[in-house]
Amino acid sequence: MINIYEVHETNQMIEQENLDVRTITMGISLLDCADGDLSVLCDNIYNKITAKARDLVSCGNEIEKDYGVPIVNKRISVTPISLIAGGACRSVEDYVEVAKTLDRAAKEVGVNYIGGFSAIVSKGMTEAEEFLIRSLPYALPATERVCSSVNVGSTKTGINMDAVRLCGEIIKEIAANTKDGEFPHCAKLVVFCNAPDDNPFMAGAFHGVSEPDAVINVGVSGPGVVKAALQGCRGESFEVLCETIKKTAFKITRVGQLVAKEASERLGVPFGIIDLSLAPTPAIGDSVSDILEAMGLESTGAPGTTAALALLNDQVKKGGIMASSYVGGLSGAFIPVSEDQGMINAVERGSLSLEKLEAMTCVCSVGLDMIAVPGDTAAATLSGIIADEAAIGMINQKTTAVRIIPAVGKKVGDTVEFGGLFGYAPVMPVNGYSCEEFISRKGRIPAPIHSFKN
Amino acid sequence: MNRVIITVVGKDTVGIIAGICTYLASHGINILDISQTILQGIFNMMMIVDVSKADISFDELSDGLDAVGEEKGVNIKCQREEIFTSMHRV
Repeated sequence: MINIYEVHETNQMIEQENLDVRTITMGISLLDCADGDLSVLCDNIYNKITAKARDLVSCGNEIEKDYGVPIVNKRISVTPISLIAGGACRSVEDYVEVAKTLDRAAKEVGVNYIGGFSAIVSKGMTEAEEFLIRSLPYALPATERVCSSVNVGSTKTGINMDAVRLCGEIIKEIAANTKDGEFPHCAKLVVFCNAPDDNPFMAGAFHGVSEPDAVINVGVSGPGVVKAALQGCRGESFEVLCETIKKTAFKITRVGQLVAKEASERLGVPFGIIDLSLAPTPAIGDSVSDILEAMGLESTGAPGTTAALALLNDQVKKGGIMASSYVGGLSGAFIPVSEDQGMINAVERGSLSLEKLEAMTCVCSVGLDMIAVPGDTAAATLSGIIADEAAIGMINQKTTAVRIIPAVGKKVGDTVEFGGLFGYAPVMPVNGYSCEEFISRKGRIPAPIHSFKN
Repeated sequence: MNRVIITVVGKDTVGIIAGICTYLASHGINILDISQTILQGIFNMMMIVDVSKADISFDELSDGLDAVGEEKGVNIKCQREEIFTSMHRV
């Protein structure tokens, strides 16, 4: 039988170390909503989402109460809209209408974000996909809860540089259309390489075409728990360090698995995957950077950071994989700057640069995330940053992404406020040399060779 | 069997266990195990109870125990057992 020390350990994780289930995300296929008429399409989308996800939020709240573990977000991901809206949407304005419909549906069922206003253009762009991407500077400011993603490359297809170039321009436009003091709409757009079909985390969640009609995916978290565990092994060997991370990751993931199973049963929707991620929040102690520093770095960004992050990422997967029957999504450690007080501190004290973050993305779960850059950064430079990340993903057969926020009217050293729990981001310096000529070339970077690995 | 773990954390005073037990008994909830200890200088008690014959819902139990806790000046939490068995048993 469970003893008092085990109960105390679990509750201490929840109450003092910020253990939570970060998100229950219901994936909903909208493939059967396609129609040639815009208003019929929008009605179909609204009706399907509100019918499928009617009980999602109340069910999440019930599970939270039953087990005493916070379930921070309840969210929805849908089929990439460019796949279903091509027949009805003939203009940028038509896509904005669809985005508004998603926003209305999200508000009706009470979820805080809905992902899937997306285009998968890793090899080429259809007209529909290009319209969708071009609608983002209007669709994101016109909506509150809609998240978007564009997949610009993959290991199998190479990188669509036309889409990379377009995304750089679009990100600039979204920033320009964001009013002063508003939540930065660029934070709702992720540009991916090798985007997974079953990611429950925003802003990059969408419901891939390989998925069933509806599915429950769960994202776990718990950087604070790992950090607390590591504080007990200062001066110990790497073996002890790794064992500690694995055991902690196992425990965290088991909670996620329990919540996913319960949510799936109560909602009558199949369980998809657990995303084994260490997702930080700006809450003190809930930081991936703090974990790296607990491993023995004076400040994140110091030499050794990439190795420490690689170790952390791998041990989280090794510990978590046995705790869940199905693992997927992004799975690993997230390193967003603005959502992690430790990362913010490292940037502000000058130990963490954009270039070091890029190196870190080679071994972590995603990519350059929630990074603010000066507002006068050229579109081609943004595209260059995206191309670099996509290349890392393409060559290393992993998911990489860029979520970057040009801070209009701000320069290095200023901060971008997100408001509330989203924290803030220090504006980081970007290499000032131009890549304009490289980015303005047309076409795509071919798929990489899968042999001669060096 | 439908088991719930009740934890009590706070300053030790007379009648905490009596108060909880009376409340549980009045709703047909059977106590299977009780243990207590001082952790980091704070009184900690844990009860494993069987709620399969309870005449109230989990929600009502949770709210009812909150009220008892408030009266005694301690923090009472109840959680379904599975969160602990999932985490601590392979």
